[in-house]
Amino acid sequence: MYKEKTEKGHQIKIVAFFCNWCTYTAADLAGVSRIKHAPNFRVIRVMCSGRVDPQFILDAFSKGADGVLIGGCHPGDCHYIEGNYKCLRRFQLFKKVVADLGIEADRLRLEWISASEGDKVRLVINDMVSKIQKLGPLDLPAKYKSWDSEMELLEKCVREQSNEIIKEEMEVISHG
Amino acid sequence: MEKTNGQIRIGFYICHCGTNIASSVDVQKVTDFAATLPNVVVAKHYKYMCSDPGQDMIINDIKEQNLNRVVVAACSPFLHERTFRNATFQGGLNQFYFQMVNTREQNAWVHLDPLASTDKAIDLVRAAVQRVASHKPLEQKKVPIHPDVLVIGGGIAGIHAALTLGNAGKKVYLVEKEPTIGGHMAMFDKTFPTLDCAACILTPKMSAVKNHPNIKLCTYSEVEKIDGYVGNFKVTIKHKPRFIIDDLCVGCMDCVEACVYKEARFPDEFNQGLSRRKPVYMPFPQATPQLVLIDPETCIWFKSGKCKKTCVDACERKAVDLEQQARVEEVEVGSIVVATGFQPFDSKKISYYGYGNYPNVYTSLEVERLINASGPTQGVVVLRDGSHPKTIGIVHCVGSRDKNTNSWCSRVCCLYSVKLAHLLKEHTGAEIYNFYIDMRTPGKSMEEFYNRIAEEGMKFIRGRVADIYPDMSDPDHKKLIMKAEDTLIQEIIKVPVDMVVLSVGLEPRHDAQQVRRMLNISCSTEGFYIERHPKLAPVSTFTDGIFLAGCCQGPKDIPDTVAQAGAAAAEVLALIDRGFIELEPNTAFITEEECSGCKSCIHLCPYTAISFLEEKKKAFINEALCKGCGTCVAACPSGSIKQNLFDDEEIYSEIDGILNFDHISRELSYV
Amino acid sequence: MADKPKVAFYWCASCGGCEESIVDLAEDILFVADNVDIVMWPVGLDFKRHDVEAMPDKSILAALINGAIRTSEQEEMAHLMRQKSQVVIAYGACAHQGGIPALANQFELEEILRWVYHDSPSTYNDEKTRPQTKFYDENGRIPELPQLWNVVRTLDQVIDVDYYLPGCPPSPKLLKDAVIALLTGNVPPKGTVLAPDIALCEECPRKETKPTDLVFDEFKRPHQVMIDTEKCLLAQGLICMGPATRAGCGALCTIGNMPCSGCYGPTSRVRDQGAKILSSIASSVNGKTEHEIDKIIAGIPDPVGTFYRYGLAGSILRKKVKFEERV
Ligand SMILES: Cc1cc2nc3c(=O)[nH]c(=O)nc-3n(C[C@H](O)[C@H](O)[C@H](O)COP(=O)(O)OP(=O)(O)OC[C@H]3O[C@@H](n4cnc5c(N)ncnc54)[C@H](O)[C@@H]3O)c2cc1C
Ligand code: SF4
Ligand code: SF4
Ligand code: FES
Repeated sequence: MYKEKTEKGHQIKIVAFFCNWCTYTAADLAGVSRIKHAPNFRVIRVMCSGRVDPQFILDAFSKGADGVLIGGCHPGDCHYIEGNYKCLRRFQLFKKVVADLGIEADRLRLEWISASEGDKVRLVINDMVSKIQKLGPLDLPAKYKSWDSEMELLEKCVREQSNEIIKEEMEVISHG
Repeated sequence: MEKTNGQIRIGFYICHCGTNIASSVDVQKVTDFAATLPNVVVAKHYKYMCSDPGQDMIINDIKEQNLNRVVVAACSPFLHERTFRNATFQGGLNQFYFQMVNTREQNAWVHLDPLASTDKAIDLVRAAVQRVASHKPLEQKKVPIHPDVLVIGGGIAGIHAALTLGNAGKKVYLVEKEPTIGGHMAMFDKTFPTLDCAACILTPKMSAVKNHPNIKLCTYSEVEKIDGYVGNFKVTIKHKPRFIIDDLCVGCMDCVEACVYKEARFPDEFNQGLSRRKPVYMPFPQATPQLVLIDPETCIWFKSGKCKKTCVDACERKAVDLEQQARVEEVEVGSIVVATGFQPFDSKKISYYGYGNYPNVYTSLEVERLINASGPTQGVVVLRDGSHPKTIGIVHCVGSRDKNTNSWCSRVCCLYSVKLAHLLKEHTGAEIYNFYIDMRTPGKSMEEFYNRIAEEGMKFIRGRVADIYPDMSDPDHKKLIMKAEDTLIQEIIKVPVDMVVLSVGLEPRHDAQQVRRMLNISCSTEGFYIERHPKLAPVSTFTDGIFLAGCCQGPKDIPDTVAQAGAAAAEVLALIDRGFIELEPNTAFITEEECSGCKSCIHLCPYTAISFLEEKKKAFINEALCKGCGTCVAACPSGSIKQNLFDDEEIYSEIDGILNFDHISRELSYV
Repeated sequence: MADKPKVAFYWCASCGGCEESIVDLAEDILFVADNVDIVMWPVGLDFKRHDVEAMPDKSILAALINGAIRTSEQEEMAHLMRQKSQVVIAYGACAHQGGIPALANQFELEEILRWVYHDSPSTYNDEKTRPQTKFYDENGRIPELPQLWNVVRTLDQVIDVDYYLPGCPPSPKLLKDAVIALLTGNVPPKGTVLAPDIALCEECPRKETKPTDLVFDEFKRPHQVMIDTEKCLLAQGLICMGPATRAGCGALCTIGNMPCSGCYGPTSRVRDQGAKILSSIASSVNGKTEHEIDKIIAGIPDPVGTFYRYGLAGSILRKKVKFEERV
């Protein structure tokens, strides 16, 4: 399969969930205005920040995202009236869970970016990328591999030892 | 699908967009990559995917290669999703077997490193290819469009839109919050660039509105609430009490005459406070409708409950009704034109210009009234102290193009300053100084207009006025010194004048946010309402069925305002004449056998689309009410709500794709 | 007798409750005993590992393994059972989702050992002795103890699992149904959780009393309130995992006046039970500003322990992923 990691090593990757009406539009506006910003994020368009299921966030982290950004309309401005409040409520509680499970606060972010704030897209993304770069990659897939390697390693050494023990026992038995 | 035996066959296309995309994203590499992805049967790149040959390519490939899914990497879905869905449909597939990758706005245009752009494109292509595999065929819901239209704001924009629609035979509700329509234009004397008299061109239109059989004019009224959605808005209009019965009043003004106040004592709003009015008054002689009103803030009856109420007796038609209450009306419309206009910048915010302190500092709007033949002084320019100015300084860009106030250019101030310079010269013969930052005269005939006026012997000084203060050497201390740096000669100059005119900029109305929220449309950081696309959908908003006209969308002159109002009316007509609109089928639904009836979702829906079926003990989503935000989907604790177009599986597959996550290897690692 | 299908039970990191639940079959255990040969059941019968090792591969019809996997021995046994059995059933919340033992996944192994053997206030251990996996006994032999692992795992994170019987413990009815299904060969697709794929509210007697417009102004914990015996527990401000938890237990906890703590795990449509119930509950918190919201959610002081009580190992993240270096 195609190798995409550049020579520069691990590239910080942020998964961004942008609501269709404000933040996604703002990201488009940044484009139309040619406002340059860091390329490390990948946007998934949802209709409203209220659609963002905390499971998506965990899923993204577990599959290798170094950060997750949620972008919605400013309070009071949600296209669906109050989807963003529901998003905020979940976020306030969920960030505690994420922190308790060892993911640094800077890796999960909720931002209100209105359709006109193309420049805020730049500010938020650049800021988030630079903060995460300081933290380094999260790379949970590698973490899971390293966790699971304890099984292989121990398993191997347990097997070898037990064979020895069995051999020893056999000897004891056969030689009285 | 029969042809492909349930096998998924994806066609992938990436657009060069001329060089817009191709110069940052290596389209060949992305194409080669896409070809290696599972289920991708065709992978191509092409100069302009949205062109006919580009679309034909998709259509033919679907037919010849038995494709059943299409992915296009091009511009933003806001721009061409419809185009490519249509091509997918033309090829014989359900149009929702399509997914778009935003490779221009959110990639090529915003990143500098082509390698990074290409990487990003590759991730998103992988995501889209994975996502589209789980797409389902969907039907769009058609909603009929109610043929009536609401126009909010009765300035020239609202007037023109209402007339156009009315003339086309549509019923229009024109709601204006002031007692009369006309907006700002009604205050002007003449209008640039042609210098035709504002009243002459506006008043006929105003009375046409009033008399139009298809236009229901609601002045002194406000829209309080808007429910529903495109095709079907329920609008609550509040008619504020005029304390005059509309149907009975003929505008004879006998009541005004009879008011216990013999003298007019209260600042006249229409004349910018340069004249006085009584508590019962007509806003201005050509006010439309021709109805007087009583202002409870100044009427002594309302303030003290004690008055002889001479106005009541004076009216033979018994039109005065001091007990009148606000009336609320509900109407149904299918579309809305927003034409709420602007407000002039408040000059008091720039203290060093002395507005409010020095009586001879005027705003441009006051000057419009001063030079107006039907204004407070019948067109004679008399200063507040009774004198006639011999030198006048006009400050351009007041409140505009300044980080401390409004950063934007208000577009009309240079030109109306030139207009006012001409008119003031005509009325007073005074010597006139224009202080400008840059002379901005875009538009047809505008530069010519400026040149013509400049030749009349105006002085133009290129420099921002830094200070205005009384001239101490003037025995009456009436003269004002205007201090500025003339940037052409790089010298500080001080010009003594009798009168200062502040050419205030245009800004969003103070209540723009409130109105915007009610309409559920967005506005820019400044507060002007945002159009759906700056070039291709300049009068549409992101909310279907709501259109913009005039200065509420941004500063502009009358010709542009009228053009935009016409465009908004045309969009509305297109909508109405089509008769229906197709909605995105991104609605949510509950699988009955899966729902435990936990009721967690019921009240989360802002549109009360979810109800609890008592007999079945299950939740149920009324598809007609669901707008597809997906909030309930994310909140259903047992995962029993699904959403078309944005289902969990579709989003998970995007996440997988973006992160290049290989399911199989992860799962195998457990075994 | 020899032609009766063979069934094995095994226990890993568990409390023994699952074993109890087998006994809880009551008379039905006779039905089981009549129809199968139990070839391994550490808690009830004296079979040894080598007895199982001696059996041909896949000769056991079904192995029901309870408990999470947190030692090398448990893993080894899991592999052995897998090798000898046609069907492996993860039995109970711990094997299914990690269960209570998996709450240890909030810590690094080293942290746990340090606390238990040095730092806890009741410990006197000046030599800083730690458990060893090997030692020399007086006969000169080297007995070996299982190694404790850093990560507590669900059974399916270690071996391939065919079915899951959820619950802490699974209800006898579910067990009986499963055994019958196995004996009659009437089995669902591999990977199925053998409990209704619908949330607990479906069978909760308090369901009726839940309002459709429930918002949370405050959260309370069971010891802080007199719990109304009839009203929906969420409506009383208690965190009840019922809406996000599979039915099948008969709503034992809510009938017993305690909120559901989620032991049956999520429905098949949910990947992370904790995230989902959190999403649902938080959406209804009565606040629109961070401040208002934070004040209310302060009533949930331990969200991981609350929402992932039985499901941490099986959750998306599985375990606390990073630890601050302790000096
Ligand atoms: C001093 C000055 C001089 C100018 N001279 C010229 C000129 O010479 N030539 C030229 O081309 N342009 C000129 N302009 C620009 C011109 O004023 C605008 O282009 C034009 O007025 C815009 O019309 P509009 O209908 O969009 O807004 P407006 O004129 O502001 O009308 C908006 C209307 O909507 C009403 N409204 C607002 N909110 C609500 C609500 N919530 N509900 C109901 N009604 C509401 C308002 O009361 C108002 O009647 C000048 C501007 C200024 C400030
Ligand atoms: S939240 Fe889900 S399970 Fe609960 S009532 Fe709504 S649809 Fe049913
Ligand atoms: S998707 Fe949004 S609009 Fe539709 S039913 Fe759910 S909450 Fe209501
Ligand atoms: S639509 Fe933007 S947050 Fe709801």
